Amino acid sequence: MEIPYTVTARADTGLWNAKIGIWLFLASEVMLFGGLFSGYVFLRLGAASTPDYDWPTELLNVPMGFVNTLILIGSSVTVILSWSALKLREYNKFKIWMSITLLCAVAFLGIKTVEYTEKFTGYGIFLNDGAEIKGKYATEQEGFVTIVPKYPEKAEAAGFTPAPATLAVHEGSYVIPVENVVRWSNFQPSYNTFYSIYFTLTGLHALHVIGGVVVLGYFLFFGGPMWRTNPEHLANRVEVGGLFWHFVDLVWIFLFPILYLM
Amino acid sequence: MASSTTPAPSTDSHQEHAHDEHHEHELGFWQKYIFSTDHKVIGIQYGLTALGFLLVGFGLMILMRWQLAYPGEAIPFIGNLLKNVLGDQMIGANNEMTPDLYNSFGAMHGTIMVFLGVVPLAFGAFGNYVVPLQIGAPDMAFPKLNMASYWSYLVGGVILLMSFFVPGGAAKSGWTSYSPLASFADTALQNPGIEYHMIFNGQTMWLLGMVFLISSSLLGSVNFITTIIQLRAPGLTWMRLPFFCWAQLVTAFLLLLAFPPLEVAAIMQLMDRLAGTSFFLPTGLIVNGAQVAISGGGSPLLYQHLFWFLGHPEVYVLILPAVGIVAEVITNNTRKPLWGYKSMVFATIILGFLSFVVWAHHMYLTGMGTKVSAFFQTTTVIISIPSVILITSLIISLWGGSIRFNTQMLFATAFLPMFGIGGLTGLPLAFSAIDLYLHDTYYVIAHFHYVVAPGTIFGLFAGIYYWYPKMSGRKMSERLGKMHFWPSLVFMNGIFLPMFIHGMAGFHRRWYDGGASYELAQNLLWLNKVMTISAFCLAIAQIPFIINLFISWKLGRKATDNPWDATTMEWATPTPPPHGNFLKPVTVYRGPYEYSVPGETRDFSPQWEPDSK
Repeated sequence: MEIPYTVTARADTGLWNAKIGIWLFLASEVMLFGGLFSGYVFLRLGAASTPDYDWPTELLNVPMGFVNTLILIGSSVTVILSWSALKLREYNKFKIWMSITLLCAVAFLGIKTVEYTEKFTGYGIFLNDGAEIKGKYATEQEGFVTIVPKYPEKAEAAGFTPAPATLAVHEGSYVIPVENVVRWSNFQPSYNTFYSIYFTLTGLHALHVIGGVVVLGYFLFFGGPMWRTNPEHLANRVEVGGLFWHFVDLVWIFLFPILYLM
Repeated sequence: MASSTTPAPSTDSHQEHAHDEHHEHELGFWQKYIFSTDHKVIGIQYGLTALGFLLVGFGLMILMRWQLAYPGEAIPFIGNLLKNVLGDQMIGANNEMTPDLYNSFGAMHGTIMVFLGVVPLAFGAFGNYVVPLQIGAPDMAFPKLNMASYWSYLVGGVILLMSFFVPGGAAKSGWTSYSPLASFADTALQNPGIEYHMIFNGQTMWLLGMVFLISSSLLGSVNFITTIIQLRAPGLTWMRLPFFCWAQLVTAFLLLLAFPPLEVAAIMQLMDRLAGTSFFLPTGLIVNGAQVAISGGGSPLLYQHLFWFLGHPEVYVLILPAVGIVAEVITNNTRKPLWGYKSMVFATIILGFLSFVVWAHHMYLTGMGTKVSAFFQTTTVIISIPSVILITSLIISLWGGSIRFNTQMLFATAFLPMFGIGGLTGLPLAFSAIDLYLHDTYYVIAHFHYVVAPGTIFGLFAGIYYWYPKMSGRKMSERLGKMHFWPSLVFMNGIFLPMFIHGMAGFHRRWYDGGASYELAQNLLWLNKVMTISAFCLAIAQIPFIINLFISWKLGRKATDNPWDATTMEWATPTPPPHGNFLKPVTVYRGPYEYSVPGETRDFSPQWEPDSK
């Protein structure tokens, strides 16, 4: 039994099945990220209405985000070139362009990992009087929270004193008694609302990138048999995978400004 | 009775052909029945699983009804068994139901009935089995995705079932799982007495199970829409599509677009529970008398918006397939065309669109503001127009018919007033001023149960009796069918009619003792017993159905290919249809409901037969 229109288009709709399928799937994905984006708007409006409005976009690394944007846009071009190579029946060119696409994806994830590491090694301390001190290498020992603050003058103004030599801490550390601290942690999702939505959005996006790598990698490394028996089918599959890849790219094009720039 | 003459001879000779053409390689048992990609097998898998879950969900409710009518009294018959299985925390010293167990059964009753019972049966089972046949397709467009959809559903269901047996029991924050209640449910913070597992606790498992169910419905809906657009047989234009397929198409779009926001809500609540974020947790939140160490700044209202953005279209996901089934059964048994086919199609499409802009009528009490309420009030009143078009067309379709009252027709006819009561009692709730009083009372419970229990579920029963001969090759017993129908009708009303009275008297839907400790409730407490006894009797009334369902598979009267003299394409296949469905390519020559065409020799003109003239 054969399912009709898996490779050739149906005359009256002009489409083959998977192309409708992927557009429907992407519509659902739009609703998924749309829900998250509206959550972002909702939470940010809520944050903006509070007196101590804090939306710490400045902690994100804009150059890295910008490079990542360029990488993803570039990979959107190469994935089209790999598809057109298949349509022209040039398998070697397909392999080259698809490899570049995958390298772009890996580079994107690599840069993202560096950014995440930066966040996980950065710390913030919330004090009783509402002040927030940000820096690196925070620890808690012998009744003190220690940190190497980003702006030492701010830390001193908040009542921090340079760490005594008895504490094993990094150079330039300041200390404050535990009883003056409400809570402290690294910049993990629970740190504040901004990081909650930042990690959720970029994390879900990164999962989509990984999904794209798996699918496109499958076409690259295991597409050979299908190329020999039914090259048009492989081209269709790459087109569908490419549409998904464009979507992943597009989501990032929205994420970059709302998280890094606004 | 109208002259229902013998079916066309050509359809009966299929059986012999079926054997001749069965030279394809035989699949093993596992591939044929368990990991099958055949839409018919998957449909039956969905159907049996969903019926099982309906039974479980019903069972939970019967235990809750016992507690409501006889608060604090020992659970009869199975009290000891439950105590052994669920533990001391859930069943009290006197074998009575604890408040925690009551809450968890309430939450799981809703979840199981909606997400594991009715939707999989209406959409997964009937949609899978019937839609490809009705459009003349060999299978779904993506058979492997179809299998993945079923297995994802099953995994989600198993996770939810297993959650009953983890420490602390299953989720207990209502089927809506509102934050912040649900954010701290089943955590040591909320209940220090129990050792909860980080992942394997009721609420977290509920969220994980939902993620699987959402994935399942995503795969299913993509598949359905593609199938209906692409695999229609030649000649099957959009206005020749059976109404059932239209209903499933719109349902698929609702599932496709409404579920992702719930997935967002589930992800965010998971983050709140596991990563310590505050998406839904406001600043200064106090749990168990102490302020929680969270960053705060989140919004409980956001959760409700995300949830009901799914929740309201979900209502139409529950009802539309049933309306589709009822339309098929009514035309077939009145031997008349469907009255207002086109208006029904357009009403369904408009209903689908409107269902996305009414969600906040579930949230009048949240303090979201009168302007927002006024908007959703307006859209809610508008959405009643297409709903009324649907039910009016169905009622007028009965007019002047010479009706065959077989079991499926009894269920389909009973659907009309039941759905009517459910729908019309919803109108007052649309207005925020009235809803302030009725919100969270038994009135609301009665309203939506009239829509989904004697409404949708009766429609689904009609579908089972109607398509069973196609699935099994044998008819279900009419005698047992009537023994199933009449008591079900009586006791369904015995359960839900008194709830209107309770609701208007101010009975709150989440009272654990059914109102026994409330002064205002005293003179209406006796109705609790009426409802509980009706629920027990309703359970007994399902026994003939269960017997019928299994016994008829082997012992029922043999059915021909078109036992009901129907016109739609599923009856053009051999009975039961082989892998690939149609023995030769089919072409469609006419609309779906050409019954009693003047001048024809028979009172039905099937879609697949060319004009005799």
